[in-house]
Amino acid sequence: MTIAVEIVLLILLLVTAAGAILVKDLMSAILLLGTYSFFLSLVWAWLGAVDVAFVEAVVGAGLATVLFLVTLFGTAPKDSRLRRPPPPIAALFALPLLGILLLYAANDLPEFGDPNSPASSHISPIYLENSFQDSHTPNVVTSVLMDYRSLDTMVETVVIFTAGIACALLLRRKAS
Amino acid sequence: MKIFFLCILLIIAVLIGAYLYRVIRGPTIFDRVLGLNGISTKAIILLALIGIVFERMDMFIDISTGYALLNLVGALAVAKYLEQKGLP
Repeated sequence: MTIAVEIVLLILLLVTAAGAILVKDLMSAILLLGTYSFFLSLVWAWLGAVDVAFVEAVVGAGLATVLFLVTLFGTAPKDSRLRRPPPPIAALFALPLLGILLLYAANDLPEFGDPNSPASSHISPIYLENSFQDSHTPNVVTSVLMDYRSLDTMVETVVIFTAGIACALLLRRKAS
Repeated sequence: MKIFFLCILLIIAVLIGAYLYRVIRGPTIFDRVLGLNGISTKAIILLALIGIVFERMDMFIDISTGYALLNLVGALAVAKYLEQKGLP
């Protein structure tokens, strides 16, 4: 029963991705990419990664769609129904090969929810046992991001802030 | 009871396909925007159902609220720029 839900969600994901590649005008491709992010976020939520699902919904479906739209309308010529050229032949051959390579590499990954995998046997127990005493935050992910890796998060914030200022400078309206 | 909610989850996930057809085939932009809106309403319900199945309703309600807000922002952005640039 649960595998059926996964299969349906993944089929929706694949159909949306293929549609975003095959559709003719860029505006529709942006909307399809927004739909793709919605489905991807559902898949994350189904796998139990709630924080990743939230970030995917906020950044992928919300921010990226709006940024793509702003970019499209900032760069478009008079007619907004932009066409795009068909994909090059080399990409049609190289990208499926890359996908096969990634699938081959994914064979060696541990099973989903495997308690003996390296990630859940070495690092996670330490965080799960000590994070509440160390940081007094009930959410482990938050305490890892904001406490153990606080310098990393701060510099990431600086990078995103700089990028935001650059975007605002590039996209500002002319005064005249 | 869990089986019941899983069945509803599956049915709604299949029903999204109808909206997806309109998003992919839709002749005008408005069909696609409406399809995207419908998909995100279904996604909100799906998230709440996943929360019920996992018995962590408090956490998943937050995400579905975020979904609803973002859906509004995306639709507003499309409407604003279609208004500025005229219909394609």
